[in-house]
Amino acid sequence: MTESTYPVIEGAVCPLPLSHDQTIVMGHGAGGKMSQELIRDLFQSRLMNPILAENNDFGRLSIPTNQPGHLAVSTDMHMVTPLFFPGGDIGSLAICGTVNDIAMSGGIPLAITASFILEEGLAINTLAAIVDSMAETARQVGIPIIAGDTKVAEKGNADKIFINTTGIAWVPDSRRIGGQYAHPGDIILLSGTMGDHGIAVLAARGELGFQADVQSDIAPLHGLIGTVLQAAPHTHVLRDPTRGGVGTTLNEIARQSRTSLWIEESLLPVHPTVQAACEMLGFDPLYIANEGKLIVICPPEEAEQALTAMRQHAYGKQAVVIGEVKAEDPGRVLMRTSYGATRLVDTLAGEILPRIC
Amino acid sequence: MCLAIPGKITALYEEGGLKMCKVNISGVTQSACVETVPDVQIGDYIIVHAGFALNKLSTEDAQETLELFRQLAEFDAQIRAEQESTE
Amino acid sequence: MELLKEFRNPIHARTLLDELHRITTRPWVIMEICGGQTHAIMQSGIDQLLPPQIELVHGPGCPVCVTPLELIDKALAIASMPDVIFTSFGDMLRVPGSHGDLFSIRAAGGDVRTVYTPLDAVKIARDNPDKEVVFFAIGFETTAPVNLMSLKQAINLGLTNYSLLVSQSLVPPAMHAILSSPQNRVQAFLSAGHVNTIMGMWEYPPIAQQYHIPIVVTGFEPVDLLNGILQTVRQLEAGHYAVENAYSRVVTLEGNQPAQRMIEEMYEVHDRQWRGIGMIPQSGWRLRPAYAQYDAEKRFSLSHIVTQESDICIAGQILQGLKKPHQCPAFGKECTPRNPLGATMVSSEGACAAYYNFARIREGQ
Repeated sequence: MTESTYPVIEGAVCPLPLSHDQTIVMGHGAGGKMSQELIRDLFQSRLMNPILAENNDFGRLSIPTNQPGHLAVSTDMHMVTPLFFPGGDIGSLAICGTVNDIAMSGGIPLAITASFILEEGLAINTLAAIVDSMAETARQVGIPIIAGDTKVAEKGNADKIFINTTGIAWVPDSRRIGGQYAHPGDIILLSGTMGDHGIAVLAARGELGFQADVQSDIAPLHGLIGTVLQAAPHTHVLRDPTRGGVGTTLNEIARQSRTSLWIEESLLPVHPTVQAACEMLGFDPLYIANEGKLIVICPPEEAEQALTAMRQHAYGKQAVVIGEVKAEDPGRVLMRTSYGATRLVDTLAGEILPRIC
Repeated sequence: MCLAIPGKITALYEEGGLKMCKVNISGVTQSACVETVPDVQIGDYIIVHAGFALNKLSTEDAQETLELFRQLAEFDAQIRAEQESTE
Repeated sequence: MELLKEFRNPIHARTLLDELHRITTRPWVIMEICGGQTHAIMQSGIDQLLPPQIELVHGPGCPVCVTPLELIDKALAIASMPDVIFTSFGDMLRVPGSHGDLFSIRAAGGDVRTVYTPLDAVKIARDNPDKEVVFFAIGFETTAPVNLMSLKQAINLGLTNYSLLVSQSLVPPAMHAILSSPQNRVQAFLSAGHVNTIMGMWEYPPIAQQYHIPIVVTGFEPVDLLNGILQTVRQLEAGHYAVENAYSRVVTLEGNQPAQRMIEEMYEVHDRQWRGIGMIPQSGWRLRPAYAQYDAEKRFSLSHIVTQESDICIAGQILQGLKKPHQCPAFGKECTPRNPLGATMVSSEGACAAYYNFARIREGQ
């Protein structure tokens, strides 16, 4: 976290700086003593690393120079209700979400930034628990948080907390991975069950009248990706199917690469509880969010090794082949149903709503 | 207009003056109103639509229907065998 | 529960399909009334596996699609009012009114909430005594009991801030309307199994007798649907026209009598507008005069609503099975799920949405 380098007249914002150790108030975002205390005692104490310890307005980053390479950058806003749910919280989500995005380049995650908009009235204990989770997740990934910012919005202007994380990875120039590289004949693999995160969060929200024994699948995937790329170095596409689910992600890839993606319904992995919740609400697991799953599209001669490598990793134990890439009907995703018919799998049109019809 | 799924009753209780039950469907627990099927017991199956039990589900009947499918499959196999032997 | 998954088993589906292929000798046009059945058919793709002589047409069994435009506009007007919490099943949120939908009302500051069951709307009313809570009570006969049960509960709890905006449609009059149309091509019906779960089967023999068409009560899993189609084709091939039950694990002749008694006590039949089709006599339910204070249409003063329907939308013809979605000039172009012109494209049960999502490639779109 950076300290303000300009003196701030505290009186203009918070004439009597009481020790607000229970909730966030406007003074915490004003840049004065309260801000500094918050940054030092809540953020820096938990997120400390040598780069942050320099205490500048910027964080330094070295990049490998042993071979030609380039940077991959990704940024994401995170908002979720409720803040804590089985399997994770907004903090672990914020770190893993961005780590995963940059990891999809096939590169090495180098660093991450974290910025916060806090709603006036947010409990300090809640914020501390979230930052704890971020620190722990970042430690597991081995990635430093090197810069960030905090602002406070008036009550009603921010839904408790919004977190932005931006990630930077270094990718060797020899690595060519991206949605546009899917090639006819490639095999499509999925690392595990669909829809766990979306249903876990919905159940935790408690608005739709059901409880489900489901955990969010939030997980950092850079390790799994490393294993896959060792076994299948000519992998063409890596993608994590987050919002919009596997169905939407496959559509993006089909459009980017101008190929068609064909999947087998009977091979799609879904946890029975997630399946039951989807049926109750009228959802299709193909469109429900995931936060710890990986789609791999690789040449057919490397598919078996990729699958074996995935299954040996903690986050890929239920990996399966779900389909293949073809040339005809470019830009579309098609599925052979369990009954032997073929139907379109379209991109999600808008918000998924529970239905009675 | 008719999204309804079958579930097994795991508990019966009252809430807000209405007879309710807890239903379990593959690890999903839901509440459903059973005012119009008042003689249900724990362990019975019901069809649930928008938090409401439409009716009981008869597992015996389901078995009978599935048995009919099996018999049809045998019957069709016999016909096919007869057709092939006459060709 | 494994037993019930058997109604999805591709092996049984194959058995039924083989039998269908064996016995079908002539072209037949069969209508499935219920949007849920349309959705299940298109999602599983079983319509592609039927003998080519069988044509499935999709009926007006989508309560979202047939709710009259004027009522949608009333819903939007009520939802825009201050101190109103407007609650609804998710299905209705994106249905276009003359100007906007419930989503846009919410974006403009209206308190619009999705609920899974109207019983949750009653909880909202109890927790917000200073607000008016309105529930958009849409549906066919299947949903009538739960909509009414919520009102019963509100009354029992002594709540004075809960009301229903009612849009209930009935299946038998819709069948009459379709079958008596001079352009009718429908030769048999798959009856909506969950409607029959509540209402029983007793309303249908007069229809079968009058028009000489078979009516088979059918469930919603792919195997149930194929079973219903098989029993229908057996009748058609033999020249029979009776009411049969292919969903006997849930449907009985008399139906759910306590539910029917509650409906009789609280609702009365009336003539109803069906969006895109027009007026069908005695085809809807509304609250009886004794419950007028809980009827949102009477409770809120709504100034004269001027409706404005898209003039390109042919939803009405589609709902009657006279045209297929891909025959609409706007299908997939001006009219898509993201930008729907009519309710059949908005509702996931609407034929247009089902075609767009699952099948538009087949018709060369």
